[in-house]
Amino acid sequence: MSKEKSLAEKMKLPWKKMPIAGIMFEPGSTVEYRTGEWRIEKKPAINQDKCIRCFICWIVCPDVSITRQPKPYKNYTESVEVDYYHCKGCGICAAECPVDAIEMVEESKVVP
Amino acid sequence: MVVLKDLTKEELYAPGHRLCAGCGPSISIRMALKAARGPIAAVNATGCVEVSTTIFPYTAWRIPWIHALFENTAAVASGLEYAYDALEKRGARKGKVDIIAIGGDGGTFDIGIQALSGMLERGHDIVYLCYDNEAYMNTGIQRSGATPRGAATTTTPAGRVIPGKREWKKDFAGICAAHGISYVATASIGFFSDYMDKMKKAIEVDGPAVIHVLTPCPLGWRSNPADTIKLAKVAVQTGLFPIYEVINGKYKMSMKPGTLLPIEEYFKLQGRFSHLLKPELKDELEAIKKGAEANYKRILGLAGEPVTTQ
Amino acid sequence: MYRKKGKFTGEGVIPYSGEGSTVTIEGAAVCTQTGCAYTGNEAVAYAAKQCNVDVVSAYPITPQTIIVERFSEYVANGEVDTKFLAVESEHSAMSACVGASLGGARVFTSTASQGLALMHEVLYLASGLRCPIVMAVVNRALSAPINIHGDQSDMMGSRDCGWIQLFAENAQESYDLTIQAFKIAEDKGVHLPVSVNLDGFTVSHATESMKACADEDVHKFLPPRESLFKVDPTTPISVGGMALPEYYYEFKRQQEEALQLSKLFVNRVGKEYGKMTGRRYGYLRTYGLEDADAAVISLGSTCGNVRSVARTLRAKGKKVGAIKLWMYRPFPREELFSAIKDLKALAVMDRAISFGAPQGALCSDIAATLLNTGSDIKILNMIYGLGGRDIPPSTINTVFTDTLRAAKTGKVKERINYLDVRE
Repeated sequence: MSKEKSLAEKMKLPWKKMPIAGIMFEPGSTVEYRTGEWRIEKKPAINQDKCIRCFICWIVCPDVSITRQPKPYKNYTESVEVDYYHCKGCGICAAECPVDAIEMVEESKVVP
Repeated sequence: MVVLKDLTKEELYAPGHRLCAGCGPSISIRMALKAARGPIAAVNATGCVEVSTTIFPYTAWRIPWIHALFENTAAVASGLEYAYDALEKRGARKGKVDIIAIGGDGGTFDIGIQALSGMLERGHDIVYLCYDNEAYMNTGIQRSGATPRGAATTTTPAGRVIPGKREWKKDFAGICAAHGISYVATASIGFFSDYMDKMKKAIEVDGPAVIHVLTPCPLGWRSNPADTIKLAKVAVQTGLFPIYEVINGKYKMSMKPGTLLPIEEYFKLQGRFSHLLKPELKDELEAIKKGAEANYKRILGLAGEPVTTQ
Repeated sequence: MYRKKGKFTGEGVIPYSGEGSTVTIEGAAVCTQTGCAYTGNEAVAYAAKQCNVDVVSAYPITPQTIIVERFSEYVANGEVDTKFLAVESEHSAMSACVGASLGGARVFTSTASQGLALMHEVLYLASGLRCPIVMAVVNRALSAPINIHGDQSDMMGSRDCGWIQLFAENAQESYDLTIQAFKIAEDKGVHLPVSVNLDGFTVSHATESMKACADEDVHKFLPPRESLFKVDPTTPISVGGMALPEYYYEFKRQQEEALQLSKLFVNRVGKEYGKMTGRRYGYLRTYGLEDADAAVISLGSTCGNVRSVARTLRAKGKKVGAIKLWMYRPFPREELFSAIKDLKALAVMDRAISFGAPQGALCSDIAATLLNTGSDIKILNMIYGLGGRDIPPSTINTVFTDTLRAAKTGKVKERINYLDVRE
């Protein structure tokens, strides 16, 4: 992670400088928050060869951590990738994959 | 019918929120926003989703969003709708905004039902989305009017004398439909295309619409986080949570009735029901089975389907 | 968002010139006004109509109902463009006001008594979210036992909810303060809700002659609302999120500063309104304080009676005075002190009991005002008029007699005097 201060740190301002009424003016600012640290033991790994791009894993992910990337792969125009910065490792993607293309692997394993 | 490939890739709901791993409500919110047809604003009742998505200074929302209180979501949304109308009338803003009011089962079935009833009766053009995880999970798993019979919660523990909650789940869709509104539907995140279809229909309705979606909670249901979608499916397949629409008062099943799975298939995946699988609670299990079947048949009857569960 | 601290003293204390009537005209009014006869409730409804409110959300409760009834007539007859939301409870009424206000609309509501109590938690939301809602509160007693008549227990129960609180003496002031309330609330330097309080029945239901401005003049005085922020797809902000211990305190400190500073705007708007109508408003109005030894301070309709008795006593050579507080929150500490500092004794009229407290609410605020000032003013606390109990001039006369005695002897007999209660 960069050494830049987090938004949480930046917002520890004197009271006069705090945003009015506690409003959050930056939409989707949670992207900065690393929920990937919550993972214990396992993380999902997608086998791009097995994956049929049905996008079920993408839609059922509670953490918006399965992403559709415009990277062509073989006959497919898109690739499905895991956002490990946010993935909490719940395993729903692996459980719901109809072709067993997602495996929950040890955290230490290097995923291509 | 929603086709996943064609769904928008735009994420109006950002990652990095602090809902639990495997959170069903989180899935339901993301799917709901995928069904948006245009500019959208949300009013969110106090609850898991509200608390975990907007911990200052981080918000997961990329749409205008209000959290007011626990029980007044439908009223706040009503005011917002009128504000947009009034401002449009005096030329201060332009364009339709679809308003979604979001509440958990506690904020909807119990403490928020008066405000919701008022909103439905007054005919506001708002979609009310109730994500139902069947208890007050945010405060630590207390029973609500949506908790099913038999479930153990911290206020209906499975004790030596009383085996979990004694009362049945409230017929929420029926209550909403009784207001004479044109669209009410129950849905499950396990059947996501059906759920998003219903969300789209609800948004298109001119006037109030209600979606009641079942969203398993790994924490409160004491289930494996990876089973969230599976549980949401099995709840429907056992007949415990029938999914249907009530369109202008007319019931319509969303899945053709077939053979129901035994409810043990559902119960065995969850700690909150584990006590019911003990031999000494055989009678309670039977009572729940009977009640669930009767409810399922009741809905089939209302939908004009042949009343059979075989 | 924050203005530099302005000067607080002196400004906003408006003395009655001479033996003036209820409404004192200072200089010629610049706008043409029509004489009319309205009850307090009708005056408020008429003011709200002229203010081009976008959304009204309300629920019926005696003695406020006439305000929403009148307003409903304006809507039904197409005299206003307002969207009227007849909700299913006061809790929802204030909630809808919050939603509408966050959406950018000019918002009005009114309530009383139990209705205000039911709104209680939403009042904090409205101020915490900085919603410039205007609410007329027709002050009425609280249950139990149920009583529909006037006292100020309702607003006193909500006095610390972060709202600007103004009190009207009569129909004219109810009208004037309602119009000013929108301008104060919506100023970008304020952005806070305002309540305009009028006494149940005594003001709300009594028809009085008053003067009303022309619509165009009100529109010029109060242009359409512009908000600092808006819940709108063009600005996808998140409002009302959770602030944990490392942030919450700063937000509340900021809110308190906003409320304290709003006082400057109350005075500024009062001055501007005075220029338009000849009726100058501020924080408080004094009578006879230039040479008074003893005075009586009160809120709302009682002020008229107090002043009338004071006038009689002054004619008899008694050195008495009267103070009317228009603005109760934020409490005009410095200005009040500058007005009362030369008094020997002051009677404080509280039309509500603060159960278990050392004094009534207004009296506690005045005691706090005198704290550490070295002042030796004798303070007498009078609880009166609960549940609509009449407060005749003879009783006020007794209050003055007691206060004069305290001024002379330097002694206060009773901690609290319950006026006209059967012993």
